[in-house]
Amino acid sequence: MLAIDDHDLGTPERKSGANCGALVTLEIDGRSVTVAAGTSVMRAAALAGAAIPKLCATDSLEPFGSCRLCLIEIDGRKGFPASCTTPAEAGMKIRTQSEPLGRLRRNVMELYMSDHPLDPFQCKAGGRCELHEMANVVGLTQVRYAAGGRTHSDLPADASNPYFTFDPARCIVCSRCVRACDDVQGTFALTIEGRGFDSQMTAGQHERYIDSECVSCGACVQACPTDALMEKTVLASGRADRAVVTTCGYCGVGCSFKAELRGDEVVRMVPNKDGLPNHGHSCVKGRFAWGYAIHPDRVRRPMMRKTISDPWREVGWDEALGYAASELKRVQAKYGRGALGGITSSRCTNEEAYLVQKLVRAAFGNNNVDTCARVCHSPTGYGLKTAFGTPAGTQDFDSVIEADVILVIGANPTEGHPVFASIMKRRLRNGARLIVADPRAIELVRMPHVAADYFLQLTPGTNVALFNALAHVIVTEGLADEKFIAERCDPREFGIWRKFIVEPRNSPEAAEQVTGVAADKIRGAARLYARGPNSAIYYGLGVTEHSQGSTAVLAMANLAMVTGNLGRPGVGVNPLRGQNNVQGSNDVGSFPHELTGYRHVSDPVLRAEFEHEWGVTIDPEPGLRIPNMFDAALDGSFMGIYIEGEDIAQSDPNSQHVAAALGAMEIVIVHDIFLNETAKYAHVFLPGSSFLEKNGTFTNAERRISPVRKVMAPLAGKEDWEVTCALSNALGYPMNYAHPSEIMDEIARLTPTFAGVSYAKLDRLGSIQWPCNDAAPDGTAVMHTGQFVRGKGRFMLSEYVATDERTSARYPLILTTGRILSQYNVGTQTRRTRNVVWHAEDRLEIHPHDAEQRGVRDGDWVEVASRAGAIALRATITERVAPGVVYTTFHYPESGANVVTTENSDWATNCPEYKVTAVQVMPTARRPERLPPDRVIAAANPGGR
Amino acid sequence: MEIHHLVKMANEIGGYFAAMPDHEEAVSSIAQHLRNFWEPRMRRELIAYARHDEGNLKPIVREAVLRLAAPAANS
Repeated sequence: MLAIDDHDLGTPERKSGANCGALVTLEIDGRSVTVAAGTSVMRAAALAGAAIPKLCATDSLEPFGSCRLCLIEIDGRKGFPASCTTPAEAGMKIRTQSEPLGRLRRNVMELYMSDHPLDPFQCKAGGRCELHEMANVVGLTQVRYAAGGRTHSDLPADASNPYFTFDPARCIVCSRCVRACDDVQGTFALTIEGRGFDSQMTAGQHERYIDSECVSCGACVQACPTDALMEKTVLASGRADRAVVTTCGYCGVGCSFKAELRGDEVVRMVPNKDGLPNHGHSCVKGRFAWGYAIHPDRVRRPMMRKTISDPWREVGWDEALGYAASELKRVQAKYGRGALGGITSSRCTNEEAYLVQKLVRAAFGNNNVDTCARVCHSPTGYGLKTAFGTPAGTQDFDSVIEADVILVIGANPTEGHPVFASIMKRRLRNGARLIVADPRAIELVRMPHVAADYFLQLTPGTNVALFNALAHVIVTEGLADEKFIAERCDPREFGIWRKFIVEPRNSPEAAEQVTGVAADKIRGAARLYARGPNSAIYYGLGVTEHSQGSTAVLAMANLAMVTGNLGRPGVGVNPLRGQNNVQGSNDVGSFPHELTGYRHVSDPVLRAEFEHEWGVTIDPEPGLRIPNMFDAALDGSFMGIYIEGEDIAQSDPNSQHVAAALGAMEIVIVHDIFLNETAKYAHVFLPGSSFLEKNGTFTNAERRISPVRKVMAPLAGKEDWEVTCALSNALGYPMNYAHPSEIMDEIARLTPTFAGVSYAKLDRLGSIQWPCNDAAPDGTAVMHTGQFVRGKGRFMLSEYVATDERTSARYPLILTTGRILSQYNVGTQTRRTRNVVWHAEDRLEIHPHDAEQRGVRDGDWVEVASRAGAIALRATITERVAPGVVYTTFHYPESGANVVTTENSDWATNCPEYKVTAVQVMPTARRPERLPPDRVIAAANPGGR
Repeated sequence: MEIHHLVKMANEIGGYFAAMPDHEEAVSSIAQHLRNFWEPRMRRELIAYARHDEGNLKPIVREAVLRLAAPAANS
C-alpha cells in the first residue's frame, strides 16, 4: 500500500539511457504534453492530468504490462496497447477514454473482482486499495460471474513474518511484490508459482515468509496494490489519517520516511518516495523496527541516587538537573576545570551534538568533549582531511550508478547499509565489476545475480599492506593517471610517495606473505580498479577500527588519486557510516580538538568568532578523547561526565577498564531513552527522547542534512536539546533556544560549509548536502570537482606496520567483529523489537578446520578468551571465515564481545582496534546469564510493535 | 595517566611519521601531532617522562617530545 499522500505516476522517471535529454511532445486526450524520450505513455498521461487506470504498474518499478487495464488507443495504429509499456513518441495522438476502452477495462476488472470481494468495507486497506479504486474508476458495479465458482478465498494467510501478513485470498497476482523484491531490493526471495488459475505468489521454495530468503525490507508490502500484503500494525490499528516526513534513526544511509499516524499513534513507517538517500526503499530496521520507541522499558521520569550502589529514586526534572549541576560544580571546584567532560552519540541530532560540545566548551570551560565516532570513523576524519582537505565522503549515494568498478573493503553493505546496498546491487546486476576485500565472505561475494570478480580474503589487520600492493601494481605497470596527478596533486608529496610505493616491500608478492592473498589476485584487482574507467571505493569499520586505521584511509586516498578516481560521479572514496549521524556529530564540533567545520581550537581568529557568539573564553588546547577520559578517571584527574545517547560500558573496548573508569568518577550523568549498561555507573539519569519525539537534523554518509521531525510528544516531557539547555541553565550558562531551527541558524553563522543551511531551505529542498553556502546554495553532491578542498591532493606515505596484537600458541586465532541486518550496534533499540526473531543471540563463526581441531560442534558453547578477558558464545561452523579467523556480532550485552577486545587503537585517532583480537576458542560448560532465544523473542516487544 | 600507555601511543605516532625520508620533517610532524591532538596533561606527563626515559621511547619520538618542551613550541 502506497504512503498516505503518494501520487503514483505509473512508471519510473526517465533521466538517462538512450536519447538522454531529448524531449518529445505528444497529444493525450487533446492535451499537449512534453516528456523525456523513453517516458511511458502512462506516465506522460499522468503528468498531463489524464491518469490511466492501472494495477500492475507503479512508478517504483519498470513496467510489466500484465494487468491489461491501462489500454489506450493511438491514432493510426491498430489495437489497444498497454500504456505502461508504450513509450511516448513525438506526434502521437492518444485517447485514454473511449467506449471500447471502457468496455475492455470493465471486463478485465470484472474478472479480477470475481475472485476478490467487491465490498470495500471488507478490504483491510481501508480506502487505499487500488483494486477497489480501479473498480470505481472503470465503473464496475457488479460481477456477472456466478458465485460458487473456483476462487482463492480459502487459501490460508501467512502471518509468519513478525511485521506483515500475506493473504493469498486477497492477491491478484500482479507481480508487483515479486518485481519489487527483484528490482528494488535485489533479494529475489519471491516468485509466482503455477500457471493460469493456479498462479500464486510464494516466498522462497513455497515456504513461509519467515523461512524464506526474505529480508523483510517491506518493498513487497509497499508495492502491493491490495490488502494481500499488509502491515500488522495497520491491521491492528486501522489506516493512518496523516503523515509526517522524517529521517530514520538507524544507520548512516539516513533514509527518509513518512511516519503515518492515526491520531497521535504511529501506525507505520513508510519510505519516502521523494527521499534522495533511499528513493522510497527501506530495510527491516527503519521500516518496521520502530517499536522500541514505545517500549515499556522506556524511562519516563528523571532519576538520581547518591552512590551507584543505591537504588534509583524518581524525581522531577528540576531536582535532577539541579543535583546534576551542583555535583558538576562541586567536582570542578575540587579537581579543577579539566575534571569534567561530555560524550555524545551519533544517534544525537546535529543540534543536540552541537549543544553538548557548546556546554562543555562554554559551561565546563574545557574541550573535553568527544563523540562515539571516536570508536568508529575517526580515522576517516583524519585521513580524508589530510589527503583531500575535508573529512567526508566524496560522493552522493547515487554516484554508484555510474561506477564501472566497485571496490568494497571492510564493509558489509547488505547487512550494515542495506538500502544503499540495494542501489549498489542494481548497478552490479547491470554490469559493474566488483572487488571485495574482507576477512570474511560477505554476502556480496556471491548472491543472486551478483558475484565478485575478485574476493581478496585478507588476514585481519593487513589492509594497509593490501592497499600498498594495489598501488604498487598501478604505478609499476604504468596504470597511473599521470595527467590527473600533474594537474590536481602536490608534486613533491607524490614524488616521495612514488619512490616509496615502488619499493619491493610493497609488491604483491611481499603482500601475499602478510595478507594471505595470492599475488596474482592482487595484480588482477589492481588492474581492474585502475582501468575503471570509473572506479569507486566503499569502506566501513573493517578499515578504520585498526591500529593502522588512519593509514589505511590515507592509502585509499592515494589509490583514488593515483588513478584519477575523484571529482566526478561514479568514483571517489566513500565511507559507509555506521550510525545515522556519525557525519553530522563530527561536523558540528564534537571532537575535542575541533570546533564546527573541523577547525582546530588553537586558531585564535576562529576562537574569537565563537567567543563573540557564546560570550565566553574558549580553551585553546585540545581536550581529552574518550579513551583518554577513562585513563584520566583512573588517575583521579577526570571525575565527572555527561553522556548523551552513548552506551560506552557496552560499546567501548576492554569493558573492565571502562567500568573501572566510570566507577571512579564522582558524578556520572546518563541521558538516554533506556537504562543502558553505562547507567549502572550513573548518579543521575535523564530520560531521553527517541527520533520520533523531537525536531532536529541528521547528516548521513553522503553529507546530506535531512530533517528529523517530531511525530509524537516526548514520553518524558522534554526533547533532548531542551534537556541539555536546562542543564546548562542550571550550571549558570544560559541556553535559551525556542526551537532547534535557532540552533541550526547558530551553526550556520559559525560554519562556512553550513552557511547556507536553514530549516526553511530544508523544508524547500527536502535535504541538503554540505558544503552549502554562496558558492553552492543548494548543496554539493560530488566534492573536489575542480580542485581539492585543500588545493592540491596530498599523497601520504602508508608504511605497513603490523599490529601489536599478535597470535601466539596461547591465543592462536584472530577474532574480528561485524553486524547483522536485523540488529543495530549494541542492540539497545533492535533488541526491543520483533527483529530478535532473526537474531536472538550473538554467535561465534568458526571455520570447520578450527572447530574440528578443538572438538567443537555446531551449536556448542565455546569460551572465547583473549589477553583482556573471556566470554562464552555458541559456535556456528562455517567456511565464510578462513582458517585461523573467528567472527562474532556484538548486539547483545550478555555476549560481552568487548570484554575480550583490547585497548590497542589507531595511532592517529585512538579509534579502538575492534577488528583484531588474538583469542583461543575452546568448548566450555560455562553459560552466560541470558534468556533462551524464545524468551528473548517474547520479551523483546510486549506491545507487539 | 598510565605512562606506559602514553609511551605506547607516542611510539605508534612515531611509527607512522618515521617513514618520512626527511628526518626533520618527521620529528616536527610527530611534535605537531602531539600538539594538535593530545590534551596538555598528557603532553606534560610524556615530556616529564622523556627527560628521564631509558629507551622506551623511540629516539625520533623522544626528540619530538623534548622539542615540545621547548618554550617556543609549548604555546
